Amino acid sequence: MAFEGLGERLQSTFDHMKSRGKVTDEDVKAMMREVRLALLEADVNYKVVKQFVNSVKDRATGQEVMKSLTPGQQVVKVVNEELTQLMGGEQAEIAKAAKGPTVVMMVGLQGAGKTTTSAKIANYLRKNKNRQPLMAAADVYRPAAIDQLETLGRQLNMPVFSLGTEADPVDIAKQSLAKAKEEHYDYLFIDTAGRLHVDDSLMDELQRMKEAVNPDEIMLVVDSMTGQDAVNVAESFNEQLGITGVTLTKLDGDTRGGAALSVKSVTDKPIKFAGTGEKIDAIEPFHPERMASRILGMGDMLSLIEKAQTNVDEDKAKELEKKMRSQDLTFDDFLEQLGQVRNMGSMEDIMSMIPGAGKMKGLKNVQMDDNQITRVEAIVRSMTKQERQQPSLMNASRKRRIAKGSGTTIQDVNRLLKQFEDMKKMMKQMTSQQKGKKKGNFSLPFM
Amino acid sequence: MSLFQRLKKRMAGEAAEEEAKQGAKESGENEQGRQEERRASLSSRFREGLAKTRSSFSEAMNELFAQYREVNEDFFEELEEILISSDVGVETVMEIIDELRNESLLKNIRTTEKLTPLITEKMAEKLDRTGEDSKLNMNPDGMTVMLFVGVNGVGKTTTIGKMAHQMKAEGKKVVLAAGDTFRAGAIEQLEGWGERAGVDVIKQQAGSDPAAVIYDAIKSAKSRQADVLLCDTAGRLQNKVNLMNELAKVKRVITREIPEAPHEVLLVLDATTGQNAMSQAKTFREATEVSGIILTKLDGTAKGGIVMAIRNELNIPVKMVGLGEKLDDLQPFEAEDFVYGLFKDMIEQAPADAEDR
Repeated sequence: MAFEGLGERLQSTFDHMKSRGKVTDEDVKAMMREVRLALLEADVNYKVVKQFVNSVKDRATGQEVMKSLTPGQQVVKVVNEELTQLMGGEQAEIAKAAKGPTVVMMVGLQGAGKTTTSAKIANYLRKNKNRQPLMAAADVYRPAAIDQLETLGRQLNMPVFSLGTEADPVDIAKQSLAKAKEEHYDYLFIDTAGRLHVDDSLMDELQRMKEAVNPDEIMLVVDSMTGQDAVNVAESFNEQLGITGVTLTKLDGDTRGGAALSVKSVTDKPIKFAGTGEKIDAIEPFHPERMASRILGMGDMLSLIEKAQTNVDEDKAKELEKKMRSQDLTFDDFLEQLGQVRNMGSMEDIMSMIPGAGKMKGLKNVQMDDNQITRVEAIVRSMTKQERQQPSLMNASRKRRIAKGSGTTIQDVNRLLKQFEDMKKMMKQMTSQQKGKKKGNFSLPFM
Repeated sequence: MSLFQRLKKRMAGEAAEEEAKQGAKESGENEQGRQEERRASLSSRFREGLAKTRSSFSEAMNELFAQYREVNEDFFEELEEILISSDVGVETVMEIIDELRNESLLKNIRTTEKLTPLITEKMAEKLDRTGEDSKLNMNPDGMTVMLFVGVNGVGKTTTIGKMAHQMKAEGKKVVLAAGDTFRAGAIEQLEGWGERAGVDVIKQQAGSDPAAVIYDAIKSAKSRQADVLLCDTAGRLQNKVNLMNELAKVKRVITREIPEAPHEVLLVLDATTGQNAMSQAKTFREATEVSGIILTKLDGTAKGGIVMAIRNELNIPVKMVGLGEKLDDLQPFEAEDFVYGLFKDMIEQAPADAEDR
């Protein structure tokens, strides 16, 4: 799928109607249609989408959104806020029993990744929270499922309780709990067999296991690539078992992961962990706000927009623009501009927030060096006030002083001055051509 | 939820009409004969559903859309929702709907009853363009090599186990290659299937080079004069470039040993997967020239509609479907059954049907 964020799509929808000058109901409808399509393409369930679009519509038709110059971006912002809220704002921890071992039952469809996830979470708790986990192999149906958990246990040097494939899963659960209590383990992870939510006899088995061990956490493991069916699965597991948490697996793939939203909205149970790779330590606590952006397919573009909004002072930006046009750009302005960019974070951070930036050919080899910016800043700060206002004053002795003061070389100072002049020249061209067709080699001195 | 409720209500109103329709149907001898024929080809799961209603798919569709007598925007919207809820994918849905909208205008079709055959036709056509290439390609003289690829947890190993069992039962000599050397317990899992089906499994230690395992397997399958060699591979997410390169290498090794092999590269897709399946199909095809799809886990509530988009955009045919856990639940793909499945819930929720159970 070619990369196309919701923002771009909304904006282009809006561009079509811009010429008419007024936003009509039809236009709002068109925009909501884009929101709807974007969510559907991300695999969010269509019923959830319907509800969601209705709630967004009210907010999006508000005055400030439609009056703004970039209603597309504003709508995205509203969508993102609503999404994040729906995903559950805060990060949720795994349960902890007040006394004795915390029992965690891992449930889900076949192939969701229950066995691997059991070992990953157990390992995570041991490593980061210093807990002692025991794993129990209760998948007696799939060939070699017990072998799989035992192999993982060996790799991690973590105990695995097993009674072979002939035993009743309910017995396995009971006996493993007895062992966990006796030997004072902090956590017991019961790996159950994958099953369809419509398989009554197997769902009944899970209920009996639940009654037998009274788990503190029933963790539904969901493949993040799941499509529209995610609601049926989650709804049905939740109704029959009362799940307490969700783990989303295979998030290291390129799926948008709309299933996360579907699951959250039908069960209202928090997503607690995210599986992010094949390695045993590839698991992390789930971040709802990141998921929202991912579903919309825009990297962390929104946080970038927000950062830009909060960090760039509008009035100052206007003033700067005016100066650029009149070509009396000074080093003071330049310094200010640098400062505003820096407020947004390191260059690498900023780049990482731009979706697809990592894939852009030209950018691959560009080293985003923050030291470079620091050096440029030092050079400008070593100039006198007068020099900053009137770069033409610069002569050999001044340059020497500046180089010394900033801990750089005369060559560095020369390079910056040259780039600054180029920049001014380019501004001149740009303003004279208005919107020139040539995009030129616009480059900031530190790039 | 509301959609289903609406449909339920709708069905209640249509119960009487359905009976009348059935009566009419039984009088039509020709119709009956054709239906019998078709029914014979239907897989067991769908057959059950059809036996209950005693109506063909097209008729079930008729019945479903009888509520909307008139072809209008509401009708198209409803249809759009049904398709989207089956993971068909927005783009393909829009395409289908647009085509239907145009054709209904062009041919001046006003009633949904008359549009129904068009819908069935259109969708079956999107799934099964020629009707020929949905069969597994078997080597007529010599050994057939099949390579199974896919992301993690779709059911590659299980599918191989089922297929081995079926081919063995047909009297073929089957050998399995344990090419998943990465996932814990994967080799043991394939061995379990080998034992169950009574076929040999060629393996090396966990962690060894999969290409080497496959090379070994080809050699020993040849010397055992096997008819079929089924090659398992580790599940991998399609955006992991190294792992996809590894897979391409496995395929190269096969082709080097037997120039016309692999005779099939089968991408195993989980029916519960949504739009990401398209990305899987694209990337796996680039790496291994996927020749067919096996759609697993269709026995749940998921419809696997994305294969329609995949067929439409990439022209990769679905060859087999997995309909359950039993050994014979792996079945050849039938486009019409599949389309029926997309609308199954709606049709089966008819109260008349519920009474039969």
